[in-house]
Amino acid sequence: MDERADRTESTMLVNFGPQHPATHGVINFLVETDGEVLKRATPEVGYLHRSIEKSAEGIGYAAFVPFTDRVDYLAAMFANEGYAIALEKLLGVEVPSRAQWLRVISCELNRIASHLVAAGTMAMDVGTFTGFLHGVREREAINDLMEELCGARLTYNYHRIGGVAFDLPTGWRDKALRFLDHFDKFLVEFDRLISFNQIFVKRLANVAVIPGPTAIDYGLVGPNLRGSGVDWDLRRDMPYGAYSHFEFSVPVGKGFCGTVGDSFDRYYVRCLEMAESSRIVRQALETIPEGEIRARVPRNVRPDAGETFSRVESARGEMAYYVVSDGSNTPWRVRIRTGSFAAMGIIEAVSPGLMVADLVALIASLDVIAPEIDR
Amino acid sequence: MAAQRMARGLGGDVALSHTSRLDDLINLARESSLYFLLFGLACCGIEIMQLGGPRADVMRFGAIPRASPRQADLIIIAGTLTYKMAERVKLLYEQMPEPKYVISMGSCSNCGGLFQNAYSVCKGVDKVIPVDVYVPGCPPRPEAVIEGLLRLQEIIRGERWATRRRPAAASR
Repeated sequence: MDERADRTESTMLVNFGPQHPATHGVINFLVETDGEVLKRATPEVGYLHRSIEKSAEGIGYAAFVPFTDRVDYLAAMFANEGYAIALEKLLGVEVPSRAQWLRVISCELNRIASHLVAAGTMAMDVGTFTGFLHGVREREAINDLMEELCGARLTYNYHRIGGVAFDLPTGWRDKALRFLDHFDKFLVEFDRLISFNQIFVKRLANVAVIPGPTAIDYGLVGPNLRGSGVDWDLRRDMPYGAYSHFEFSVPVGKGFCGTVGDSFDRYYVRCLEMAESSRIVRQALETIPEGEIRARVPRNVRPDAGETFSRVESARGEMAYYVVSDGSNTPWRVRIRTGSFAAMGIIEAVSPGLMVADLVALIASLDVIAPEIDR
Repeated sequence: MAAQRMARGLGGDVALSHTSRLDDLINLARESSLYFLLFGLACCGIEIMQLGGPRADVMRFGAIPRASPRQADLIIIAGTLTYKMAERVKLLYEQMPEPKYVISMGSCSNCGGLFQNAYSVCKGVDKVIPVDVYVPGCPPRPEAVIEGLLRLQEIIRGERWATRRRPAAASR
C-alpha cells in the first residue's frame, strides 16, 4: 500500500477480511481509521478469481453453461440465462415460448431467494440474527422447488442454449403457488419484524448515501441503482424473454426512512422487489403456454465467426455477456460484466467519514458477492 | 476393556466407573463441542449458511460457528481455494489451537473440481493443510456436511490422547 499524504499519527491501518463474516465471501478491505471514523476503505479483490472467463476458451459452448452457475451462485439462473441469450443471438435460434415462460418463473423465484439472503445477511451484519434465520428458512422452501425443477439446490444449470433443460414436474405449479401464498404473508411479517424495527432503521437510514448521479457515474446497476432513485430496470425498459407479457412495477428508492440513496433504501428496494417477483411468478404460472421447451440446437455448437452481447437484469443488477466466436467449437473470448464489481468501486468513494460499523452496513446494502467480483 | 459403556445416544453417554478411561471423557467433550470457523470461500459457503439455518440446524450436534480461528476446533474449507487465498487459509489454520480438525467440503476443495484447467485455483486444500474428512458434492447438501461432521466425531471418539497423538497428526 502506498503512503498517503493525509495519514497522520493517529491513523491506523486495519485489514478487514478476507476471512470475516461480514465481508460476504472472500473480500479484503484495507481500512484506514482514525478511532472509529474511517478515513478510507480500499477494497482488495481477487481472492476468488477462478479464471472462469479463461476456462471458457478451452471447452465447448454448451459445456460452459455449468461454469456460469459459479459466476453468481446466489442467482445462478440469471447467469445461465445471460449466456444462453448471448449464444441464441449468435446462433439465430428462436426459443419456444413455453421455455421463455419457464425462464421467467425460475429467474424470479431465484431473485426472491437471492434477495432473501441479501436481506437476511443485512440483518445479521447489523446485529440481528433472527432476520437471517427467517430469510434462510424461506429460502430453503425455494431450494426445494428448484431441486424438484432441475435437480440442484444452488448451481442449477437449468437454462440451456435454445431453451431450458426440464419441463415443470407434476404438481409443481400448485406447490409454487402454495409457497407464494405463504411468502406474501411472510413479507408483511418480515417488514414488521425487521425492516421497520426502530433499531434496524437507525442503523441504516441516512448511512452511506449514494446520490443518483454518483451511482450512474460509478456504473452501479440493479437494486443499488434503483435505491439511489434512478428508475431503470432492464426487464421493463429493454424487455427480453417473456417479460413484456407481465405486469409489474419497478420499486425505486424514495427515502423510505431517511435520504434517497441511503443504505435503507437499497435494502428496502430489495424487499419490495421480492413482492414484485412473486407477482410475476403468479402471472407466469397462470399464463404459461403449452409446447416445446427447447429449440433444436446441435449437440456440438459451432457458431459462425462473429460477436454477440446480451444483458439480463440479474438479482444484483445488469449482467452482460460478450461472446466472440472465431468459427471453431470453443469460444474465442467470453467476457462477463457483473454488478458487484462496479459496486466494489464505489466503496472507496463513499467510505470516508463513515463509522466502522457503518462500513459493514454499506457492504451489506450493496449486496456484493465474491465470485461476481472476481469471476 | 473394563470400561463400561451405555448405549450412545445423541451426544453420547459414558458410564463413569473407576476403570473408565480418561480418554473417553476427553473425547466425549471434544466431539460434542466442535466449534467451527465460520469461513465460506465460494458456493459451498451458501450451503454452510443453510447448515446453520433452521432445517439443517448443525448446532444440535454441538457445532457452533465462531468468527475467530483462535476459538475454533474445526475449520470447514467450503469452496474453491485460489492460490491467493491458500496462504491465508494456511495462516488461519496455524492460528487455531490444538487439537484441530479440517473438513474439506465440496469438489473444489477436495481436488479442484470444475476448475481443473484454471490457472489460479489450488487443486485441493490437502496441498496446503492436512484434511480429516472429505465431503464430496458440488456443492454438498447440508445433510452431507452433517454426515461429514458425524464421521469426524467418530474419528475423535477413537483417539487415544493419553498414550500418543492421533495418527493423522503424527504423519504431518
